[in-house]
Amino acid sequence: MSLRSRVALGLVVPVAIVVSYALWSANAASPYFPPLDVILTRFRELWLFDLVSSDVLPSLKNLGLGLLLAVIAGIPCGAILGRIRWMGEMFGPLLDFWRSVPPIMLIPPLVLILGIEDSAKVTIIAVGSFFPVCVATADGMRQADPTLVDAARAMRLGPLKTMVDIYLRAGSPAILGGIQIGLQAAFVLMVASEMLAAYRGIGYLTMQAQVTFDSVTMWAGTLLLALLGFTANAVFVAIRNRVLSWHTGMRVSRASS
Amino acid sequence: MSDTSQPRLALTDLSKTYDGSTPVLDGISLTVGAGEFFSIVGPSGAGKTTLLRCLTGLMRPTDGQVTLDGIPLSEPSPKMSLVFQEYTRSLMPWASIGKNVALPLRARGVPRAERTSRVAKVLAEVGLSGVEAKYPWQLSGGMQQRVAIARALVTEPEVLVMDEPFASVDAQTRMDLEDLTRRLQQDHRMTIVLVTHDIDEAVYLSDQIAVLSKNPARLVEVVDVPLGAERDQIHTREMSTFADLRGRILRTIRDVQTQPV
Repeated sequence: MSLRSRVALGLVVPVAIVVSYALWSANAASPYFPPLDVILTRFRELWLFDLVSSDVLPSLKNLGLGLLLAVIAGIPCGAILGRIRWMGEMFGPLLDFWRSVPPIMLIPPLVLILGIEDSAKVTIIAVGSFFPVCVATADGMRQADPTLVDAARAMRLGPLKTMVDIYLRAGSPAILGGIQIGLQAAFVLMVASEMLAAYRGIGYLTMQAQVTFDSVTMWAGTLLLALLGFTANAVFVAIRNRVLSWHTGMRVSRASS
Repeated sequence: MSDTSQPRLALTDLSKTYDGSTPVLDGISLTVGAGEFFSIVGPSGAGKTTLLRCLTGLMRPTDGQVTLDGIPLSEPSPKMSLVFQEYTRSLMPWASIGKNVALPLRARGVPRAERTSRVAKVLAEVGLSGVEAKYPWQLSGGMQQRVAIARALVTEPEVLVMDEPFASVDAQTRMDLEDLTRRLQQDHRMTIVLVTHDIDEAVYLSDQIAVLSKNPARLVEVVDVPLGAERDQIHTREMSTFADLRGRILRTIRDVQTQPV
């Protein structure tokens, strides 16, 4: 199927939902579901671009910084757990435990300890998105083909070069999948930490609107969060597809031969 | 340079037993002279791959030792290169051909400019000029194995060890690769150790052939192949010496296979 028809098909449902909501809400007079044009007007007033520098950019900066720290720490930790057997055995249960716990559980204790400043938010985001990156990297270490590892040993590639050139590259599809999960966790933590403990940010303003029954502002904030989340993920997927073009190409060539 | 009377590669009483099981290799001793094309054949499951891993230093034997130019080998040697059967698994799918072939040079810290020129030269030698920017999976199987051979040659090894290198390509490509290997060996005066299950291939290419038994692998005999330096896919295979050797080795292998274990 061509890219054009895929995009067109993919747009059918979202457009249908927006149009139905606009038609229905125009005359619904519901306090919970204000008309779409009212929400869009408020959206424009608040977010284009009055509050961007005070409430959007700081949040996104926390997100970016937290995720960056998670990646910088998560990949080496995952590599160690994946390659050094006893380390993997020792920390495996902790990672399994973490997998089954919702990351927002981090917020109350970390807010208690660190407060509600940006540095606390960065820490919450970094800790929460560290685990998916670490787990995926540890799993990715198993993707290196033993024959290629033998080849690397036979050519006396040093341990660091073998890690970087063989293990991390072979594991990159898994690692990037982990970073994508980390991005989603980071986004949830960014919003939730602002909802629960903050004096600014999109999450804070949206939550304030909700508790003061300002449903228009609440929906405008919700819309912004949805758009930001969608965009962040789309940008990530575009980068990932570029980095992993070899992986796609290889699979296509193997499937056709 | 090394003494001509001293073998390039020597296996002395080599044995390998994996934890708690029956031995795979049992007391194998053989010597490979410098510049020789030496093949190791045996029934399938004879532990040829274990032998190869031991003689390249990838695996420690349980007993005995391997010496390269008189020096005991305990880890892979820079004088030795390896070509594996599975080119799809031994090449890096995420790296271009140029980067794949340059990897052993990167491992040695050769500067980039020199890497580029040596990669171009060795790719030309295996008949693949100008493919540096392509990826392995964009090439045919035979071409990928040429890339693997180029990667092995780029360090100018004294000994080239090949594990069933032509088992995954079609018959015509196989003949081309056999002749390429033979030509490269003559050009570089390399010692080649070829592990194969294909007796015809071993006779066609080799100067000497070691025949192994299985369960455990023991050295049954070492056969000289007096077919001269020049080999030709048609004429050499028509020679009566070729047919005699082929028959003799096949018979030996059949005999060791039908022996009660």
